[in-house]
Amino acid sequence: MNKANVVIIGAGVSGCAIAYNLANKGMKDIVVIDKSYLTSGATGRCGAGVRQQWGTEMNCRIAKGSIDFFETANETLGYDGDIEFKQEGYLLCASTDKEVEQFKKNVELQNSVGIPSRIVSLDEAREIVPYLNTDILKGATFCPTDGHLNPFLVTDAYFQAAERLGVKFMMNTLVTGIEMEDGKIKKVITNNGEIETDQVVNAAGGYSREVGEMVGLDLPVFSENHEILVTEPVDKIQGPMVMSFSLNIYCQQTPHGSFIMGRGDKEKTPGHNIESTWQFLDKMALTVTNLLPPVGNLRVVRQWGGSYNITPDKQPIYGKCDVPGFFLAIGFSGHGFMFAPMTGLLIAEQIMGEPNTIDISKLSVDRFKTGELFLEPSVV
Amino acid sequence: MENIIICRCSDISLKDIQDFIDNGVTEIEEIKRFSRLGMGPCQGRTCMQLIGRIVSNLTGTPVGEIKTHTVRPPVSGVTLSQIARGTENE
Repeated sequence: MNKANVVIIGAGVSGCAIAYNLANKGMKDIVVIDKSYLTSGATGRCGAGVRQQWGTEMNCRIAKGSIDFFETANETLGYDGDIEFKQEGYLLCASTDKEVEQFKKNVELQNSVGIPSRIVSLDEAREIVPYLNTDILKGATFCPTDGHLNPFLVTDAYFQAAERLGVKFMMNTLVTGIEMEDGKIKKVITNNGEIETDQVVNAAGGYSREVGEMVGLDLPVFSENHEILVTEPVDKIQGPMVMSFSLNIYCQQTPHGSFIMGRGDKEKTPGHNIESTWQFLDKMALTVTNLLPPVGNLRVVRQWGGSYNITPDKQPIYGKCDVPGFFLAIGFSGHGFMFAPMTGLLIAEQIMGEPNTIDISKLSVDRFKTGELFLEPSVV
Repeated sequence: MENIIICRCSDISLKDIQDFIDNGVTEIEEIKRFSRLGMGPCQGRTCMQLIGRIVSNLTGTPVGEIKTHTVRPPVSGVTLSQIARGTENE
């Protein structure tokens, strides 16, 4: 029978980053299992934006650490490609007075942890994105070091670096169960054989709840379909991501030239259905032509859906739990891609028994028992 | 093979596809994500039949067992303004 020091369930960007960090710290016999191909889940379906403009201290710190890593990731990971990091900022747009007040608090918090965000006037906002319809806005904030990255290539960079360090990947392999004995993990059972191990990382994205059930946990997460569309590519006209929580939109031009945009839908029922809907297309078209009128001239070439794995406070669940040897990297609430470098580092530190670079005790699953929640206000 | 363009929207040559398969990336969905194959204006409607056959030839997997990419809406390119106007007039 195969043996492993640790089995990571999920080869999305989080799982690959955790595997790389563990191997980089010298751990041997690491196995990553995924039911499909690399980036087949939420990572490969995400909006490809990376931002640091958050409303809770934990999200700010994790995001900043991740952006710092992305800046030199090609070199650090020894990637022969390019992860396409474009740092031209996020312009966050407020359309209500309440949101303007929230943004002031957020910028103060962001600056306190070293994030270079600032309040900008509507005139300045139009200098940054000249065709922005500021008639419907009340204020804005801008952070120049936020930006865009290619999710497929970032995951590939982690994957290749991990593989070079000896990590074994079992793709197209479904985990069907986790065998326990006296409350401890004994083995991971798949449709492709069993692996003896006493440590498992749940990095299963949209399916993290189901993986938790395999060890008897009732994790406070659910999955929800969030949709995105992409247009034909055109010459560069927009540098930053334009985003508004109250208007429910994020929209960015990728380095390739296409515009990628998405929004949430509060009427969706939780579940694993990630099909495309015409309702999204309608609402997205109305929202974007209102906020960014010239973008309306572009043709939609494709739309798709992907899973947000959501927690009650919209912050991830990190680290140890009641089951010994079972680690959580779940509930990213739509932000797993942009947090991946810190996820990889922090979870690897916990597994190795090292002190964490950032104190993430507030993000343990225990917070839902004590009720000490800090709700993230800045999410689409 | 560098001169044989398979995906003309994204300018992917036969050699590019061969290189992916040589590196163990054999699923069309995966090649698509790493190269933009079939992600252009035609959305693979021109090239995907061809790609299926190429992957079959290079991997030895019968063409009937090659998984094609997910076909996504809309069927053809429509501008966002047209969609918005249609919605407003409903």
